[in-house]
Formats: sequence, structure tokens, C-alpha cells
Amino acid sequence: MVSLTDVRPVEERAWFKTERRDNVLRFIVGGDWTLPEAPRLDPKLRALDLSAQEAEIDGKELDKLDSAGAWLLLRTKRAMEDGGAKVRSFVIPESYGPLFGTLEREHTAPPTPEMERPPFLYRVGRGFMHSMTQGYEMLGYLGRVTVETVETIGPQKQLRWKAFIHQVEETGINALPIVGLLSFLIGVVLAYQGADQLRRFGAEIFTINLLGVSILREVGGLITAIIIAGRSGSAFTAQIGTMRVNEEIDAMQTIGLNTVDVLVLPRVAGLMIALPFLTFYSDIMAMIGGAVMCYFDLNITFPAFLRQLQGAITLNTFLVGMVKAPVFAFVIALVGCFEGLKVERNAESVGRLTTRSVVESVFLVIVLDAGFSIMFSILGI
Amino acid sequence: MSEPGQINGKSSEVVISARGVVNGFGDRIIHDHIDLDVRRGEVMGLVGGSGTGKSVLLRTIIGLNKQKEGSVKVFGAEVGDADNVSMRALQMRWGVLFQEGALFSSQTVAENIQVPLREYTKMTQNLMNEIASMKLSMVGLPEDTAKKYPSELSGGMKKRAGLARALALDPELLFLDEPTAGLDPISASNFDGLVRDLQKSLGLTVLMVTHDIDTLRATTDRIAVLVDKKIKIGTIAELRKDPNPWIKEYFSGARGRAALDS
Repeated sequence: MVSLTDVRPVEERAWFKTERRDNVLRFIVGGDWTLPEAPRLDPKLRALDLSAQEAEIDGKELDKLDSAGAWLLLRTKRAMEDGGAKVRSFVIPESYGPLFGTLEREHTAPPTPEMERPPFLYRVGRGFMHSMTQGYEMLGYLGRVTVETVETIGPQKQLRWKAFIHQVEETGINALPIVGLLSFLIGVVLAYQGADQLRRFGAEIFTINLLGVSILREVGGLITAIIIAGRSGSAFTAQIGTMRVNEEIDAMQTIGLNTVDVLVLPRVAGLMIALPFLTFYSDIMAMIGGAVMCYFDLNITFPAFLRQLQGAITLNTFLVGMVKAPVFAFVIALVGCFEGLKVERNAESVGRLTTRSVVESVFLVIVLDAGFSIMFSILGI
Repeated sequence: MSEPGQINGKSSEVVISARGVVNGFGDRIIHDHIDLDVRRGEVMGLVGGSGTGKSVLLRTIIGLNKQKEGSVKVFGAEVGDADNVSMRALQMRWGVLFQEGALFSSQTVAENIQVPLREYTKMTQNLMNEIASMKLSMVGLPEDTAKKYPSELSGGMKKRAGLARALALDPELLFLDEPTAGLDPISASNFDGLVRDLQKSLGLTVLMVTHDIDTLRATTDRIAVLVDKKIKIGTIAELRKDPNPWIKEYFSGARGRAALDS
């Protein structure tokens, strides 16, 4: 690695010495007082004993002085003055006068001390209050979106169809390849692991029951929701956040457009349509993956697979999985838009809130899924 | 560092030397064999209409944009061909102020200024804090700016903080990209004074891209005008006599006259 000293070789090493006569301290400096020398000079200068009644600073022999060197000189001079010494002469080559003068004039305040890290309990409390506020704001936002959604059903307002269709395409159709591939692979993995375990009991055929129930009820919906949270939820936050940074949202408001109407509702509605379809598609792809694996691993043909599947699941199994999809979609879109609108006017917050939006929506999706499971088990479905 | 006796263009040593530079996007040529010399200790302004490639030329000189033809030498070293080590050596000798300051948003202003110090020197944190605080006062920012993040600063403060970072290593050469654009007239004129003061006390060579005719008058020794894919260099007085319609309009139009004849 290159260091500063390689690039700007010091021709004349910086040096200093002190002389004491009676009560007069003479501080003599010379050589190149420049940035590459500063790290070497700094500790030695700090260690100097500068107590005296009167002091003289002699820099006649300075060859070079840059702002770092000038700072060290100024600091030493000030340390003398603070120690009670009267600096009665100060000589440096004339050409460095303006530099030193500027520094002495402009730099008056002492360096600020490092900020202290707040104590642990304070940080815990602050974190807690922050999550509470976040939850409270989100609840308020949920209310607002709900009211505006209901209003679109009435005669005074209409959903922006063009934007809505665009969102369905963007979040639904364009997500087909990735959702399909991942679901297929999940089906393969589940079938393989299931077959492996069940074979020990001679119950390989029940792999199909396992696949049917787990994919249709849980895995299909969950995996799709998580992929979409990562793909579309983050996109919502980034898109709206970028608009916020560019002041586009402010411009919309001054023109009289309702941001919820224009930006949020098409996204929420679009995703609520797209996600159930994607879930259905994911179910099918995962079942195909499972069937392929059953064929190769267990020699179960496709007709046999379908016959066994028919006996294993009911319509309810499928519906239980599907009914969750619009709820997941609503949460993902809501969180994505909510965080996007909270972006401040700097690019960094776009990144931070996009991350937070994905984490929050995945978290909420899984919590809701657990809630659904409890609810269904109480209802006996 | 420059010798103090050579300040203000008395020396003829050439710091930046561009020869036959050709730049363009696709088939569109924006610089057609441009020559440019910047001498040690002078402040050179770079002007031109929108789309004439002022920033492209600046980026070519600092090695962010590879020219199609020609050579660019800074301190005698070829910029385009500079291998990693010699390029880093060059980078330690110059400072660049980007249009919006280009401060690292995840770091405080003080940490921003310390980035080059930390990378290239072995200083104690204490000394780095002192130097950061000193640089801040040199560019006229209040002491409490050090702990702030770039998002908490106004546009003008960001530029000043960016300048403090550009000056962190006491460079010999300073590049400024539209330093006064977007500042109010008072801040802009303070910034001009600041550049001039720093140039005098540190003996800097400065190349600045600007639109601001007041800044040109207040700070520059010579001006390079990009016009018709070529470059014309001269002092303001010389350029005002130039027959080219764009240059005429620029220096002798209503705004130009108001700024120059006052």
C-alpha cells in the first residue's frame, strides 16, 4: 500500500528543540513541518514541558509548512499561553504568514470531545419507545388506508385502473418465473425429505399426503408471501422513497393529488389480486416438483400420485391456504408503502427504510400465519 | 508542497497538461482534440454552455472518465494509464470537491474529513480530531458541524464540508465542480473569498468548473472556455475581445456586463 510518506518524501526532517535561559523558554523549530511528519511530531510535542514565564518561538529555519504543521505550531503556542507563559516573539518565514494568520484567526474553539455512548438502559428504553411509536403510526396508517379504500367503493371516488393493472402486472405476472422455480424446488426438497423418513416405516406412499397438506395449507402461501415481500414490498418502499427524495410527493400534494389514492391504493389492490393467484400457481408448481421427485425417488407414477393426492386432501385444505393470501398481500403492500412515505429527503434513508420494510413485512407475515394456525385449530378446520 | 515564491502563476511549471483530448458518447464528439495547460499556483476557471462537457473534461483529468484519444498528465504522470500505485500517489496530491459535496452519508462530517487521513497516514485519533476541527474552521463552518451527519446540513454547508475533506491532505491541486451553484449570492461570494484565501495561504493550484461569472471575476487568473468542441484560454479581458458569438454573449451579455463592469 502507498502511504503519504512515499508520495511526498520529506526532504528535511522536521525537528524542534527547547532552550531555557533564566525564565525564558526558547522553542526552535525547523525542517519540513508537513502532514507526513505530523504523526511523528504530535506525541513529542504533547509531552513537552512548556511552563515558563516568557517564551519565544523561532521558526526561521522552517523549510516547509502546511496546514497540519501550522496547526501543531499553533497548538504548541496556545499550550504555552495556557500554561501562563507570555509569548514575546513569534517568527516564521514570511511566506507562511498568511497561512498561520488564517488559522489563528479562524480557529478559536477547542476541539469538541467525542460523543459519549448513552447507557444500556437508555438505549433499551429508546428502542422500546421507538417500536411502540412505529406500531402506533402504522395503526393510524392502516386506518387511513382502510377509510380511503372504502371510499373508492362509493360513487365519489374511483380506483385508478391504469395504475392498478400496472401493479398487477409488475407484482404478479413478472414474479411468475421466480415464484415458480422456487416453489418447484421446495416441492422437490419436501418430497425427498418426506420420502426418506417415511420409507423407514414402509409408508412411502404417505409422502404424497405430507406434500399435499403441508404445501397447500402452509408452505405454498408462506413461501410466496416471503418472496413477494422481498421482491415487491421492497420495490414499493424504494419507489415511493425515491419519489420522496426527489420531492415528487410534495409536488403531487401541491397539485392536489391524494398520495394514498395515487400511490398506495393501486399497489395495495394490485398486490391483493396478484398474490392469491401467485399462491395458487406456487401450490401447483410445488406439487409438480413433489410429483417429479416421487416419480424418480419412489417410482410413483403421475396417475398414482394424483389418485393418492385426491384421497389425502379436501377442498378445505386448499382454501385454508388461499384465504391467507389476500391478508398477507395487504400487510406487505401496506408496510411497503408506509415505510416508503416515511423516507426523509436523503438517499441514505431510502436504503435503511427499504431494509426495514422487508424485515417488518416478513415478520408480520409469519406472525399472521401463526395466528391463522391457532385460529383454524380452535375452529377445528 | 509548492514553493511559496511561486504562488500566483509566477512560475511556469505546468501541473495539468492535456494534449489532444477527444471525448464523446457514441458517435457524438464533445471534445475535439483539446489542449489545456494549468500552471502551478494559478486558479483556472472552466466555463461553457450546457452540454459542452465541462464536467466530462474535469472527470477526464481526475481519471474518472477515460478519454478516447489524447493524453492527460497531472504532475507529469499520465492519468489514464496510471497503474494503481501511481494513481493513488496522484490522488494524494489532489483534492476534489464534487457538485453536491459528495460526503459519505453514513459518516459524520468529522469522520468524512478523517477518511483520507486514516487511509494515508498513521495519526492518533486525537490529532485527527484536531485536524478535522481545524479544517472546519478554515472553511468557515461552526465547531458543532463536526458531529453532524451530511443529511443534517444545508447545501452550502455540504459544499464547505466537502471542501474541508478535499483539503484534508493539504493537496497541491484542487478541483472544484460548480462550487457556487445553488448558493445564495452572499454565501457564493463568501465561498469565492474562501477559495482565494486558501489558494493564497496554501499556495494551491485550482481548476474550477463554474457558470458563475462573479466567481470567475473574483477568483480566477485565467479562464478556459469550451465552445464548439474546442477550448479557448485567456484572461477575462482577453476573452471579452474574442469574436466567437457564444463567448461574446457570455461575457458581454446583460449578466456578464453587470458582473464585470461593476
